[in-house]
Amino acid sequence: MYKLFLRGLISVLFLLGLSINANADFKVGFVYVGPTGDHGWTYQHDEGRKAVEAAGIKTTYVESVPEGADAERVIRQLAQSGHDLIFTTSFGYMDPTNKVAKDFPNVKFEHATGYKREHSNVSTYSARFYEGRTLLGHMAGKMTKTNTIGYIASFPIPEVIRGINAMTLAAQKVNPDIKTKIVWVFTWYDPGKESEAAQALIDQGADVIMQHTDSTAPVQVAEKAGVWSFGQASDMQRFAPKSILTSIIDDWAPYYVERSIAARDGTWKQQDTWHGLKEGMVAMAPYNSAMGGDLVKEVEQLQKDLASGKVHSFTGPIYDQKGNILVAEGAVADDGMLAGMNVYVKGVEGDIPQ
Amino acid sequence: MIKIEKRNDVSQSIYFLTPILAIFLTLFGGGIIFYILGFNPIEALKFFFITPISDLYGLSELLVKATPLCLIAIGLSFCFKSNNWNIGAEGQLVFGGIVGGGVALLFYNHDGFYVLPIIILSGAIGGMLFAMIPAILKTYFNTNEILVSLMLVYVAKLLLDYLVVGPWSNPEGFNFPETRQFSESARMPILFDGLRIHTGIFITLITVFLSWLILYKTYLGFQIKVSGLSLKTAKYAGYKGKTMIIIVFMISGACAGLAGVGEITGPIGQLHRNISPDYGFTAIIVAFLGRLNPVGIIFASLIVALTYLGAETAQIFLQVPKYTGQVFQGMILFFLLGSDYLLFFKIKFLGLKKNEL
Repeated sequence: MYKLFLRGLISVLFLLGLSINANADFKVGFVYVGPTGDHGWTYQHDEGRKAVEAAGIKTTYVESVPEGADAERVIRQLAQSGHDLIFTTSFGYMDPTNKVAKDFPNVKFEHATGYKREHSNVSTYSARFYEGRTLLGHMAGKMTKTNTIGYIASFPIPEVIRGINAMTLAAQKVNPDIKTKIVWVFTWYDPGKESEAAQALIDQGADVIMQHTDSTAPVQVAEKAGVWSFGQASDMQRFAPKSILTSIIDDWAPYYVERSIAARDGTWKQQDTWHGLKEGMVAMAPYNSAMGGDLVKEVEQLQKDLASGKVHSFTGPIYDQKGNILVAEGAVADDGMLAGMNVYVKGVEGDIPQ
Repeated sequence: MIKIEKRNDVSQSIYFLTPILAIFLTLFGGGIIFYILGFNPIEALKFFFITPISDLYGLSELLVKATPLCLIAIGLSFCFKSNNWNIGAEGQLVFGGIVGGGVALLFYNHDGFYVLPIIILSGAIGGMLFAMIPAILKTYFNTNEILVSLMLVYVAKLLLDYLVVGPWSNPEGFNFPETRQFSESARMPILFDGLRIHTGIFITLITVFLSWLILYKTYLGFQIKVSGLSLKTAKYAGYKGKTMIIIVFMISGACAGLAGVGEITGPIGQLHRNISPDYGFTAIIVAFLGRLNPVGIIFASLIVALTYLGAETAQIFLQVPKYTGQVFQGMILFFLLGSDYLLFFKIKFLGLKKNEL
């Protein structure tokens, strides 16, 4: 009996020691929806994590966490095992993040792309990817010969629709005859489906392909078919060196480093962040010289103007598909309208799946 | 020359001990893998198998994870025992979830003790009806149930995709592919504050008990076992083969449907595209690891659930890749099937005889 008691005591002390050790140093946890090797969404978040690590802060990550019942446990385990700040990097983690945040008021939570901040220790953040789409639209409008742009879309959520609209508006500005054809694949990452979609769009006459999905399959299909394409989330240039004109890069690193340091130093506050080209959360990969030096210069100028605020992606007049006015001439769409965007602008073909 | 002979006398006790042997071999194999990866094998195995269940929360999570696996595997055991290869439990789970979730949405903002039972029942019926498709096609049209049940998984998943993206999506949810959160009356009551373990566990336990009763104490159970051992004997004995096939599929589908509805009314609380991380497929491993025996399946579901939790803690504490969990599941099955082979067959090493040269 005595021995048993002693053993129990030792193990309790051991566990206590573990947890004290865990609390001794500041740690940041990351929850990923995909594998770190997806070369898209998760890959970029992991690059951000590495930057935090390089800044001298310990990090942990858990990859390929399904957005179902498992997410809450993983987030809770990170909170329980002494992580002080936890980034949950997919929309589907929104409710689990808020649930766990309620039980761990001393741990800070950062949820990407969501809109719920139910507790004071939850922040949300996302990037103005649509600014990058405006640049893609400009290039696509100039490069297309068939006046048809193929767009592989994931889910009909405002973020994706915003991208389609921003791209189409910019393309129309340089080429009024432009048509945007869309294939909805209802997945963020499925190389098979994405390449089928790319092929279908090419077969329908699209000679510029872009994607709001994360795998490198579409750019590889475009490379084979000899049409232009754009990379998504990370620089995908090496997967389709001839075809890719540029890639929209999600650069989370500065934000992650800044927020981690703030949490460590006790200056972290709840906020809703929506950064774009200006802050560098959206960045562009080097432009392909195949599009000609003049166009590169134009796009570089447009990038500067978008960053400085001189040009806004959604400047009126903007019409919906039926010709009703959405944004009056000279006005720009406000963030509220952008956040809830659920109609196509004129020039986009088809209907939003409902 | 190697000659493989069937063994005639396989002891029952060894038959039920081999799964345990398989688990120990897996631990051993896992230790070697961790060692090769550069971790202290004892410490790594501790993080994998002890840490996740070292507190109440962990134990509750283990049960939360094991509940659907156990339910589905119990249902599958009826099919597998009678030589019906239902590979589509995942689809039946999803379809049960769709029907149950649809009813839950129907009762949105509706209080009443009867709401949850209706939802659970409709989920079970949904799974059951969905499982009857391959059963009827098999009995009346001679199709292969493996293919049909497997392909129906995709049908169910795509239907769920369509519903959560379109007609059932949350009106306030910015078009994100998910439904509203169900009302409180449509949620499984939580057993302990702060833990996620819910009343679904009682449904599972009752199901296990009923299956044991059916399999071992009823004429139907006897028929199922005889048909599994020899179809010809079953026919000779005059059993109605077609009815039995449909019944085992119905039981199996109802269990999977219950698992689905348990997930959406339990830990998830809404419908979205990822209501199951392939529970329906993992349950196949669970069913065989548990020797298609109700008690064995309880233990098997706990062990397989632990490999999931272990993969998460090992990743958090040691940063080993997430897929080690799958490696462990694969190893358990490999060692089990391997030892089964040696259990049922003798391998004789014979010298080369002269006339063979």
